[in-house]
Amino acid sequence: MTIMTSPETITPRRSFLRDNPSVLWFMGLLGLFTLIVTLLSEGMGMGVISTNLVKILGMTLCLCLIAIAMDVVWGYCGILSLGHFAFFGLGGYAIGMWLMYARTEIVIRDSLGRGAIPPTEREVSEGVASQIFGVVGSSELPLIWSFAGSLPAQLALVVLVPGVLALVFGWLAFRSRVTGVYLSILTQAMTLALSLYLFQNDTGLRGNNGLSGLQNIPGALEVPQAVISVWFFWASALALGLGYLLFAWVVSGKFGSVIRAIRDNEARVRFLGYNVEGYKLFVFTLTAVVAGIAGALYYPQAGIINPAEIAPIASIYLAVWVAIGGRGRLYGAVIGAAFVSLLSSWLTGGGAPNVDLGLFRIVWTDWWLVLLGLGFVAVTLFFPKGIGGLFDYLVRKQP
Amino acid sequence: MKACLMLRRLCAFALIWQLILSPVMAQDESDTPLQDVLQTVQSEVANPSRGTVPAVLQALMAADAPGTVDFLRTWSDREVYERPADGLFFYATAEGSSLTLIDIDTGAEVATVTSRDVSQIRPNAGVRREIGASLVAFELTHPDADRRMAALASAARSPDPDQLPAIRAARAEEEDSAIAARMDRLIALLVARYDQDSTTRVEAIGALRGDVSTPARSVLNQLLATRADFAETLPEDVNIARIKTPGEDISLSAAYAVLVGADLAPAAPGRNAIRDALRANVVDGQVGGVPVHQLDNDADRIAAYQALEDAGIVPPLVTEADVADAVSQYVFFDAYLEPDAAVTTAAEAARSSTSLRVSGYQFLSLSLDALSLASIFFLAAIGLAITFGVMRVINMAHGEFIMMGAYTGYVVQTIIPNYTASLAVALPLAFAVTFLAGVVMERLVIRHLYTRPLETLLATFGISIALQQLAKNIFGTQARPVTAPDWLAGAIQINDLVSVAAVRVGIFVMAALFLLLLLYILNRTRLGLEVRAVTQNPGMAASMGINPDRINMLTFGLGSGIAGVAGVAIGLVAQVTSEMGANYIVQSFMTVVVGGVGSVFGTLAGAALIGSLQKGIEWFNPANTLAAQTFMVLFIILFIQFRPKGIVALKGRAAGD
Repeated sequence: MTIMTSPETITPRRSFLRDNPSVLWFMGLLGLFTLIVTLLSEGMGMGVISTNLVKILGMTLCLCLIAIAMDVVWGYCGILSLGHFAFFGLGGYAIGMWLMYARTEIVIRDSLGRGAIPPTEREVSEGVASQIFGVVGSSELPLIWSFAGSLPAQLALVVLVPGVLALVFGWLAFRSRVTGVYLSILTQAMTLALSLYLFQNDTGLRGNNGLSGLQNIPGALEVPQAVISVWFFWASALALGLGYLLFAWVVSGKFGSVIRAIRDNEARVRFLGYNVEGYKLFVFTLTAVVAGIAGALYYPQAGIINPAEIAPIASIYLAVWVAIGGRGRLYGAVIGAAFVSLLSSWLTGGGAPNVDLGLFRIVWTDWWLVLLGLGFVAVTLFFPKGIGGLFDYLVRKQP
Repeated sequence: MKACLMLRRLCAFALIWQLILSPVMAQDESDTPLQDVLQTVQSEVANPSRGTVPAVLQALMAADAPGTVDFLRTWSDREVYERPADGLFFYATAEGSSLTLIDIDTGAEVATVTSRDVSQIRPNAGVRREIGASLVAFELTHPDADRRMAALASAARSPDPDQLPAIRAARAEEEDSAIAARMDRLIALLVARYDQDSTTRVEAIGALRGDVSTPARSVLNQLLATRADFAETLPEDVNIARIKTPGEDISLSAAYAVLVGADLAPAAPGRNAIRDALRANVVDGQVGGVPVHQLDNDADRIAAYQALEDAGIVPPLVTEADVADAVSQYVFFDAYLEPDAAVTTAAEAARSSTSLRVSGYQFLSLSLDALSLASIFFLAAIGLAITFGVMRVINMAHGEFIMMGAYTGYVVQTIIPNYTASLAVALPLAFAVTFLAGVVMERLVIRHLYTRPLETLLATFGISIALQQLAKNIFGTQARPVTAPDWLAGAIQINDLVSVAAVRVGIFVMAALFLLLLLYILNRTRLGLEVRAVTQNPGMAASMGINPDRINMLTFGLGSGIAGVAGVAIGLVAQVTSEMGANYIVQSFMTVVVGGVGSVFGTLAGAALIGSLQKGIEWFNPANTLAAQTFMVLFIILFIQFRPKGIVALKGRAAGD
């Protein structure tokens, strides 16, 4: 085969990894962190890190994953979505339905099986329904639980529900050219509608009780939580790694240039002949799917999901993390999410010592949000690049 | 109807006024203490009988001492006590076995005695009826029109055929046309319900046509009450309301259950009964020849059950054919409790003609609710209409300004106990506080972000989070009330179906005032002119000698200040919590966006649309306000798809694009 004079051969294409050294750095650090946590964990190693802390760290990795999704949609594409935590919650609900149904089914089959004659399928499903929905005064299995018994179906829903919702909503919003703050408010309204919907008892997701007992994994009920927590930590780390790789690849190259251009001047990109709506819709939907996957990994570690998790304020916090970590760079989002959420759980969990100022005593559980709010204002005003901006000083010397 | 009632109320007021002014009328109650009057008929009061009661009543009515009515009521309720030692009468409150005697005239506590020291007076049923009738008669002929009105209302609440003569007598002497009309209605009610003669009743029912008052409608409903029944053939002597065809008006299984209940058919064993029967008859791992492990489906279970049935161990299965067969032998119907067919036909006709008016009034009531909700939304959003609509600043802390206003109202009330005075102080104070907060926020944060709208949104989010937590730290998580003064506490009753809380009317008036004020400021003052100039073209405005920084600051302060005043008003109807602002913020933005950014009238239209929409959806599903909110937000999202610029879209240079 002769060498053709295609553009690729004229300018030798640099490899993706060489263009993005931060990906290798990130992968290495994530791998190292996973190894350390595993070796120190209660379930698999020396037991220095408690099971609870392993869970918190695993959950933090999931939050980092949704934060990079948020960073791509906001920091790179300029869509300040206040609905991504709703997609996160939907992913959690989709997996939570299977976890709850399958575990209850085991319990019900066990108790019905003790009778003189074996139960019929109908008796089992009625028993499961009254067990799950007794708390909202119902004993019928709602239609949306039709596939709750099947793990593959619910795993598909983890991807499909947020994906389809984002696709439909995004299509409606982008085609009518809703942009900027209007889009933010619209996504916030969507989140509000969803959380209000889930708060109702008769919508089939147990109202404000939410889904609970998600930490018990059917099929692994005998395995101690200490071990399960490490499994989920691994899964979260793997998802974060793959997500980082995926998004780093998406935002590099020509596609990345186009979406950054959309962020900076949407009209000009449109005049250049690009299908701006298509690009935006793709980014919005892809990040929503990743958010759903992150939620599906997060809630089995949290153990419970309820509509309050989906309330608009959660999506706002997501934006806060990304802004503090630094928009427009993936590692910035990871740093922001990890830093703020860990600091938040440390301060509000009562772990931090209260500061006595003589006249006034700072109780962190009371003052943390005040501090966060004001800190966020300060970051927006004075450090628009966030914590990630500090790295610019390190690499500035290079050409 | 409404105007007529208003007129009546005016008449009543005029009458009361006359009573107060006229010295002759004011002396209608004599000064003789009731105890003295009672002593003149001591033995008849102490030992009442049907024969003696009229004389006692006559004596009491003639003297008309203060408290006579209360005494009669208490007497009839068997709560008057006689002290045998001196023959005086007392009221009493019981505590265990001891009684505290209360003076009839002064209401003072006289002594504490055991129940043996006094004798309770127990009028029998006949006496009590007599007292009741004369009480009605006494009250209905009382010179005070208010008393007569109250007596009529209470008689209408508990209609009793014995009252009829008294009301008729009073009607003959009544001069006030409003009260006379009410009496006529009450008479019609009683006749329709209790008269012996069928034609008289039908006439009386005709008079109730279109009467939407609760007593009138409840009389019609009582006349039309039905009971469900069945028989082999349709009985002749029963006033049938309707015949129910099994399978259409009544389900087969329900009809069958009725037969089972009457022991006319064997009970059908359900799935649970079959299961229990099978469980009870397991023999050698088999039931009726079917191995136990196969019994995990309904078909095999029924087969096993039939085997048991053939052996005669269990009651037979009832098939669907059996059910249909059993049901087809009977007629199922609803029968009126009222035997007279002419009466029920007339009542049906009257009810259906009333129901149209009832739904008309219900619609009116719903519209008033929607209007009230719309005015709350408008109040919450109007500040935003300035900061977001005119200045295009996304202030996510707007809700927290509303909260600050509401807490200002609460704090002022804890300092000034008089609610009217505290409200008068709180409104301007709330404006001042939030005006100041807005100005500070504008100077410190928003000014630096005018070119970066998305970041304004974020920074104000930060402020909102901080303010919310700050309020929680200061006031706690418990909800605090802002209490309305007495003159705003009641409800304005138009008729039995339509009433509006006075405080909601107040809020509506306030919203209207703010609308006018804002329109005036924006369109008729120097400040408004400069505001519009700065928003349209800051550079050009500056070159005309306007200081854009100052104008932006003042405008933002104005919008925030209005949010604070709105907060006081909202605090009157909602609980004041640190999260109350967050509850309004999304809806407020929706109101402004739906209405059309940049237009005060747009905000008004948006609030009206959202308010009536929410009430409308709530009407379809009254139990679930959450569902109403969900659907409303969905509707708004769709609405913005089709009218991205809102209801009132600005055109030309003012649109800003």
